[in-house]
Amino acid sequence: MATKQIHLAAHFPGVNNTTVWSDPQAGSQTDFGSFVHFAQTAERGLFDFLFLAEGLRLREHRGKIHDLDVVGRPDTLTVLNAIAAVTTHLGLGGTINTTFNEPYELARQFASLDHLSGGRAAWNLVTSSDAFTGENFRRGGFLKPEQRYDRAQEILDAARELWLSDRQPVEHRGEQFSFSGRLTLPSTPQGHPVLIQSGDSDAGREFGAKTADAIFSRHGTLESGQAFYADLKGRMPKYGRRREDLSILPATTFALGDTEAEAQENGHRIRTAQVSPQTAIAFLEQVWGRDLSAYDPDGPLPDIDPDPGAEITRGRVRHEKDPMAVANSWRELAEAKGGLSIRELIVETTARQSFVGTPKQVARQMDAYVQGDASDGFILVPHLVPGGLDEFVEKVIPELQDLGSYRTEYTGPTLRDHLGLARPEVAHETRATG
Amino acid sequence: MGRGAGRFGQDMAYLAVEVSGAGRHPGAWRRAGPVLTPGYHVELAATAARAGVDFLALGDSFAGQEGPTLDAVAIAARVAPVVPEIGLVPTVTVTHTEPFHISKAIATLDLVSSGRAGWEVAVSRTAAEAELFGRKAAAPAADLWREAAEAAEVVVRLWDSWEDDAVIRDAATGRYIDRDKLHYIDFTGEFFSVKGPSITPRSPQAHPLVVVREEPDSLPVIAAWADVVRVAAPDLAAAHAARDRVRAAVAAAGRDPESVAVLLDIETHLGADAARELDALGPLEPSSLRVAGSATALVDVIEEAVRGGAADGVTLVPLVLPGGLHPIADEVAPALVDRELRTTMPPGFTLRERFGLARPANFFTATTISGV
Repeated sequence: MATKQIHLAAHFPGVNNTTVWSDPQAGSQTDFGSFVHFAQTAERGLFDFLFLAEGLRLREHRGKIHDLDVVGRPDTLTVLNAIAAVTTHLGLGGTINTTFNEPYELARQFASLDHLSGGRAAWNLVTSSDAFTGENFRRGGFLKPEQRYDRAQEILDAARELWLSDRQPVEHRGEQFSFSGRLTLPSTPQGHPVLIQSGDSDAGREFGAKTADAIFSRHGTLESGQAFYADLKGRMPKYGRRREDLSILPATTFALGDTEAEAQENGHRIRTAQVSPQTAIAFLEQVWGRDLSAYDPDGPLPDIDPDPGAEITRGRVRHEKDPMAVANSWRELAEAKGGLSIRELIVETTARQSFVGTPKQVARQMDAYVQGDASDGFILVPHLVPGGLDEFVEKVIPELQDLGSYRTEYTGPTLRDHLGLARPEVAHETRATG
Repeated sequence: MGRGAGRFGQDMAYLAVEVSGAGRHPGAWRRAGPVLTPGYHVELAATAARAGVDFLALGDSFAGQEGPTLDAVAIAARVAPVVPEIGLVPTVTVTHTEPFHISKAIATLDLVSSGRAGWEVAVSRTAAEAELFGRKAAAPAADLWREAAEAAEVVVRLWDSWEDDAVIRDAATGRYIDRDKLHYIDFTGEFFSVKGPSITPRSPQAHPLVVVREEPDSLPVIAAWADVVRVAAPDLAAAHAARDRVRAAVAAAGRDPESVAVLLDIETHLGADAARELDALGPLEPSSLRVAGSATALVDVIEEAVRGGAADGVTLVPLVLPGGLHPIADEVAPALVDRELRTTMPPGFTLRERFGLARPANFFTATTISGV
């Protein structure tokens, strides 16, 4: 069997503690030059696409704007259009929230990006239901949580109707949207933009299997990656889709060194920088739901228990569903490791590189992961702006190429070409949605 | 003594060019080549930049155009990194688009263009546009512009919602920002409320250039927010009257009328055969003063408009693109320099600087720094 080809996406480091802004080499998070450097490095490394995340309300912690991580970013679509001017092949993907945008406007904006980039646009559909973010929008936070995927599906259906209408009139009458008219644009170089999804719930997985061209997952270990991969791809046939019509790309961090020992040392240095003493306390407060500012980050975990009802952080997804269980497991871990301090514990539990080693070792680990059907590739999340991809592109990409599992040149101009996806056709879509 | 009309108060003319699709004439589409490629738009912007114009106005609306059109902010962002110097002013309508999105999009255009962004505020009047969203019916112009006034206020307040030095990167305290330098705008109006702050830091110009077209119901928005006003008028006397209305409204709002440039729209189709060529494209009612003739005839009109106090400059609107831009770059722009209506600008100016406008103080700190 032929070697599976690895797909790589590059995540511009964003507003969480993965991004080490305190590093002397860290540059501006908003200057266009940072985006140019990062994007051109990804293109030199023959990545499938660049990716920009989005959040439409600044995060708050204990009632105030969270100030310990990077805060703020430019507008996703505007930056992607500008990056199109300084790259030639790199795909250009971004998160746009379906809750605070209307289908006609989104369809037109993404179609414009696809035309202006010669077929390189990708849309990561995110749907939020929080009234917190809704306070920035005239429509407010009206969406019930259980309606999230209904809205995502309908906005996607509506956008597709517009994209594939070739400027003919469209009439959409649905639960969430009711509109009619023509898109000002014909179908785009890619037919329509590549669609990305990242939901992990059952409904999210079903939505991804039915509609997505690429999936961002959070399954880091080989075993959990394989289970997710088998589950997702197994859901595709009932929608008439082939397994290769969807690329699964787990979020991935890395640490490199000339020797394995040096890589481990670099990894530890990065992890420590990602968790400042203040960040360690803030992480703890997220689980505890309490003000823990009086605790010493270099001291032991608090004796008091979490407040299970508290929502101390707003504007980000809370992954810990049961704070008491998390607290207990952290206490056990801290004790098992010989009495970890708060900061050491947070470093241990939150900041972990997916791949650590020499360039050759990392390339082999990544290749084994893909050949073992734990993913189709990775979305790399470097810790530095703008140079976080430099060493990877210089040293790991050639190793992947030597393994025969990574392209040595782009074989087509569009992102669909890079991902090996067919161009959606008007007639096919009419049948599929009719 | 007040200054004369025009750029820098020196009887000089501001010069803008409007481009949209294949040109304003609906018949132009039939002859157009590909208008959706990036190359087409880069070429238009580069030609306008060669003419030394102050800004490129990128017209846009959600419906009503004859030919295919792209999102104007997207075009502006696509050309910004590769076409230097020229200001980029996309139209973004406020009737159906969230002001929060507009604010960060224009601030980001300012970032990727190093301070050359502007925003033309417009409303969507038609039922066809309303039906594309299905949220509300088309409304009378007075209501639309009342809503636009709120949208403009929200956009500008969000531009100020980060102080310039909010990013501190203070490793000692672990803080990336000084959150006391970020501000909730807490806007509540008749039509909507917006909390803030923006997700995007303050941009190079702080306030990208705000452009508004003069019409009866837009005067309050002009008075409160416009840096540049576009006027459509059938002749110079009407333009003069419109400029007077704008200046009176600006003064009545407590702002200096000298700080608001009024630009007259002139539809253009230049060349020896211009009139006959236009006829061949089919009928088109003029929407403002039109010059179909020689470059010299156009320059005469511009000179009379600016020296006679009818306008501070002009926005040329080629009826047919891309060809209609070439005589502007090759003949009109040099002739304006010859007549001392334009000078060649050295490189590196922001768009606000081209209009003699200072980088504004921050609304949220203005009271505390005024005594310094």
